[in-house]
Amino acid sequence: MPDVFALQAPPRYEIEDDDLLINIPAPPEKYSGAYLTETYKVNMGPQHPSTHGVLRLELTMDGEVVLSIRPHIGYLHRCFEKHAENLPYAGIVPYTDRMDYLAGLSQNMSFAVAVERLMGIKVPERVEYIRVIICELQRIASHLVAFGTYGLDMGAFTPFLWAFRDREMILDLFEWLTGARLLYNYIWVGGLARDLPEGWVAKTREFLDYFEPKINDFNDLLSYNHIFITRTANVGILPPEVAISYGVTGPNLRGSGVDWDLRRDDPYSIYDRFKWNVALGKGRFGPIGSCWDRYWVRIEEMAESVKICRQALEGLPEGDVHETIPRKARPPKGDVYARTESPRGELGYYVISDGSDVPLRCKARSPCFTAISSLNAVVQHAKKPMLIADVVATVASYDIVLGEVDR
Amino acid sequence: MSKTQTEIKIREKAEQTLPLEGRHGNNVIITSVDKVLSWARQSSVWPMSFGLACCAIEMMATAAGRFDIDRFGMGVMRASPRQSDLMIVAGTVTMKMALRVKKLYEQMPEPKYVLSMGSCATCGGPYWKHGYHVLKGVDQIVPVDVYVAGCPPRPEALLEGLMMIQEKIKREEMLGKKLAPVMAA
Repeated sequence: MPDVFALQAPPRYEIEDDDLLINIPAPPEKYSGAYLTETYKVNMGPQHPSTHGVLRLELTMDGEVVLSIRPHIGYLHRCFEKHAENLPYAGIVPYTDRMDYLAGLSQNMSFAVAVERLMGIKVPERVEYIRVIICELQRIASHLVAFGTYGLDMGAFTPFLWAFRDREMILDLFEWLTGARLLYNYIWVGGLARDLPEGWVAKTREFLDYFEPKINDFNDLLSYNHIFITRTANVGILPPEVAISYGVTGPNLRGSGVDWDLRRDDPYSIYDRFKWNVALGKGRFGPIGSCWDRYWVRIEEMAESVKICRQALEGLPEGDVHETIPRKARPPKGDVYARTESPRGELGYYVISDGSDVPLRCKARSPCFTAISSLNAVVQHAKKPMLIADVVATVASYDIVLGEVDR
Repeated sequence: MSKTQTEIKIREKAEQTLPLEGRHGNNVIITSVDKVLSWARQSSVWPMSFGLACCAIEMMATAAGRFDIDRFGMGVMRASPRQSDLMIVAGTVTMKMALRVKKLYEQMPEPKYVLSMGSCATCGGPYWKHGYHVLKGVDQIVPVDVYVAGCPPRPEALLEGLMMIQEKIKREEMLGKKLAPVMAA
């Protein structure tokens, strides 16, 4: 066994630390008060407990006031597009899992929908229903993490424990169904990896009955907590027109009061068959589009997902889930852009096929990437000076996953 | 000789013959400094809360109620490397992040341990072949003590790896050589 302390990094891995030299702008007029000091830079991340991964924020500060935010990304660039250009269609599905590791099934779904549209596959009814059920369960699991970690970032530890307690139940259902806890590779192009096991539907119903009243507990614990409201309701305001201009989607856009949900407005799969409401931020405790509004949209969406799950479980037909899986996916020449509503927003896959079994190009449109690009706009549109604690609240309320930002 | 002097004599005689452990009832334990320090250290390993990718979510699940990392005295997640003993490299280390990981390791005080969690940190994992921006194993930049396999490893697997770290600390001698890296299931 070699002496491990003697090992040094080989020279080919040397990276230059060149991104610390940036021009410092003069502070804007609106903050030039009695306390005006020299501006300086603060690096938040890439190792920071509240950046949700390896995001690095470069903050220009005037005292304690944040003047601008510049996000630096690429610390988790795992070369998804390169992999997609070198692997057959079925082999890309596991890599989509790893992009958004909090909602792997939603990613599988989006990629499968794109390739199926390109190949003209119509999947059986049973497959569609199972897909909707598990995607909505995945949405609940993902929003639970968002809820728990938001509490953690705001200084409350109990929501984290409660959220993970309920999330483990969903993960148990997924493990029973797919064999994995986090990264599933379950939704394949043209079908599913395996059918529902016996008793799964009853257990899922049991979970939904258990979970629905828990949302009220969450509200009592965190949503209506006075300290929590004070920290979030007047902070991180993203006006609707700014959100639209930046291409922000999903709960972040709905938190700004824009009524837009792909499940309803551009239905894919069988979402047009169910009755549910699109949750919207209404500015209940402050201006519309605040951190609390974005948080609240996620809480309401969990309840709506329970509704969709119940309806889909009611109508679950019989069928064969392997019926339309192609032996070797070989789409005809052409391109397709398919978008779905992942827990984080509009997730799109643009696939170009040259007729072979490997895509010529595969581009993923990430909702988190557009969300963090609007961070600086939040600071610039703030009515009152923004502090570092408010930046933490804003970043956490976006619920970003860095695997999806960097891909 | 007076009575007290006799007593002193008897006591001196007893001290010469009885071993130290038995001399004062069950109140004295003899051990080596190494063992005491290791026992204290292994019961309060403070990990750095440092998530990189997917494995970090499983690390969070391990810290939450069901798996409860606190049972092993490891629940005190520190945000600063200067307060931590253990670095759990949870996720893919990219070229851009590699420098930071090395820097974080160097900021930790001795004695320090590294646990490589998941295939990505161990060898590049699924990104081994086409991942042009992925470091093929964190052991190229920092010395790793325990490798945990899986993509991502289950919380139980992570707990086993953490117990191996404890076992390693237990066996270590202060002046001895560093123990070889081990592989958890």
